[in-house]
Amino acid sequence: MNTKVTIAGVEFQNPIMEASGTFGSGMEYGEFVDLNRLGAVVTKGVANVPWPGNPTPRIAEVSSGMLNAIGLQNPGVEVFCNRDLKFLENYKDTRVLVNVCGHSAEEYIEVVDRLADESRVDMLEINISCPNVKEGGIAFGQDPKAVEEITRLVKKHAKQPIVMKLSPNVTDIKVMAKAAEAGGADAISLINTLTGMKIDVERQNFVLANKTGGMSGPAVHPIAVRMVYECANAVNIPIIGMGGVSTWEDAVEMMLAGATAVSVGTANFFNPTATVDILDGMIDYMKRKKIDNITDIVGIVK
Amino acid sequence: MKVKETAQIVASDKLAENIYSMLLATTASQYAVPGQFINIYCNDGSKILPRPISICEIDKELGTLRVVYRVVGKGTAEFSNLKPGDTVEILGPLGNGFPLEEGKAIVVGGGIGVPPMLELAKELTGDVTAVLGYRTDDLFLADNFIDAAAEVVFATDDGSVGVHGTVVDAMKENDLRADVIYACGPKPMLKGVAEYADSIGAKCYVSMEERMACGVGACLGCVCQSKEVDNHSHVNNKRVCKDGPVFLSTEVVL
Ligand SMILES: Cc1cc2nc3c(=O)[nH]c(=O)nc-3n(C[C@H](O)[C@H](O)[C@H](O)COP(=O)(O)OP(=O)(O)OC[C@H]3O[C@@H](n4cnc5c(N)ncnc54)[C@H](O)[C@@H]3O)c2cc1C
Ligand SMILES: Cc1cc2nc3c(=O)[nH]c(=O)nc-3n(C[C@H](O)[C@H](O)[C@H](O)COP(=O)(O)O)c2cc1C
Ligand code: FES
Repeated sequence: MNTKVTIAGVEFQNPIMEASGTFGSGMEYGEFVDLNRLGAVVTKGVANVPWPGNPTPRIAEVSSGMLNAIGLQNPGVEVFCNRDLKFLENYKDTRVLVNVCGHSAEEYIEVVDRLADESRVDMLEINISCPNVKEGGIAFGQDPKAVEEITRLVKKHAKQPIVMKLSPNVTDIKVMAKAAEAGGADAISLINTLTGMKIDVERQNFVLANKTGGMSGPAVHPIAVRMVYECANAVNIPIIGMGGVSTWEDAVEMMLAGATAVSVGTANFFNPTATVDILDGMIDYMKRKKIDNITDIVGIVK
Repeated sequence: MKVKETAQIVASDKLAENIYSMLLATTASQYAVPGQFINIYCNDGSKILPRPISICEIDKELGTLRVVYRVVGKGTAEFSNLKPGDTVEILGPLGNGFPLEEGKAIVVGGGIGVPPMLELAKELTGDVTAVLGYRTDDLFLADNFIDAAAEVVFATDDGSVGVHGTVVDAMKENDLRADVIYACGPKPMLKGVAEYADSIGAKCYVSMEERMACGVGACLGCVCQSKEVDNHSHVNNKRVCKDGPVFLSTEVVL
């Protein structure tokens, strides 16, 4: 039985990763899961310099989901390389995807250039879809021309393969997927969070200091499956699927819809061992269904 | 060490209007120290985020943790309906806890900030005065503090028991002195306690609260403003769940 998947020439021991921003760089959840069992660790967004993020409250619960407005707090690429990448040296079986964020094209490029010679970085995930920062972030992800341009620019600088992370906050996500492909993306990942809002009826005010936040968790899963399916049928580059994946069934569903790999995000918050539990469930499914290669199920539901 | 496990409820009692106590059998008790908290997960899966609740008492021999909480929403309402023998998923112990310092100590709790001070009062080896603030004469846990502390001072919002006013008013009125003050309660109270501590030259530890998602330091949801750069993101944001919930009052912006 073979759980290996390959994306842009990078081989992953299995298709299960965690989703950027929900897992740090693995240090904290490393207490609960063996990071060496994951297909990949996908880091929190990294910028050129430290970002303080948004004021609090940054978190709100909604039915079967949550809103976050962290605002990409991160220590900047220098600290990240010296601390987080060094930590990840201890987990050689897992691949490392570094999620990159910026306010401008120049800021993305600065991070991409700094990471170019870091051997621990297997791939870059370019976040052009964060709904929680005013400039950059999602602004790049909602206009196909901007998606294509930033993809082309990043591709020119990057030494590692690039995954463009798409926003679901668009009319037609296929258009963005095609734009990323046209710009030279090696893969796409989706979905980032859906912009939402929660109002406290007693205080008659917003729950989040940022007013809006990105929705994630089990409630968004059907939307994510639909979008992965649409993109899989629109582009020829591999897809990393995410959005509400909480059980092995959810992960298998993503792959049947067309994802080559699957990220687990919010589920870590209610089940710290969600990633490896999902992997174990998927392996049992392969045994039961006599699936030799996990890649055999990618996109077979047409 | 942190454990994620199914804990069995040993006892569940109502202490006062909307205030409940729950005794949980869990191996987390073996690693817990006063001032830490546990994440309690709802059995109703539509409520996906854990509820952070402070540890009120630790019994390592019996292997139990006690939590005391106020029903404020759907999650805590669900917990209040649990019966002995029922189970809940928990993660913990989380956070840093109160450092046990030598010398004369004052432990200050306001409202639902009272419970976490109990285990601390029991474990401190020096002379302990407890200053407890309540809304009314519904003095939950007061008897436990009378057993645990050398002296107990009350403040109530309605003046029915002790000093009519805040815990800070009560400290001033009794001219309390100490080497160290520990406090848990609403932010304005923490600020007042920190100022009082400063005025008497005492060190002051405060336990902070913020909305959380992961509870383990990964998501950066629960930060509070710190005076110096934090060692995670190198900005001025410390994580309440991991770097706290207990901070020196001089470390954070109150
Ligand atoms: C470190 C820490 C220790 C705490 N210790 C205690 C304790 O010992 N006793 C006690 O009664 N309460 C304590 N709280 C507050 C307690 O976590 C909330 O009252 C509880 O989460 C409310 O859940 P709910 O579903 O009833 O309310 P809802 O309002 O329905 O909850 C909705 C969401 O908001 C979150 N939330 C709501 N109020 C708070 C709050 N004040 N702080 C953090 N998150 C909140 C919930 O966790 C949930 O995710 C503590 C909070 C923190 C951060
Ligand atoms: C607290 C939190 C922080 C996040 N931070 C990032 C981030 O830094 N970069 C990014 O590309 N996506 C970020 N995301 C989005 C997730 O990676 C993921 O795309 C989304 O949450 C959907 O998956 P889920 O429902 O499994 O969480 C974040 C999500 C959450 C909940
Ligand atoms: S709750 Fe996630 S970092 Fe504190």
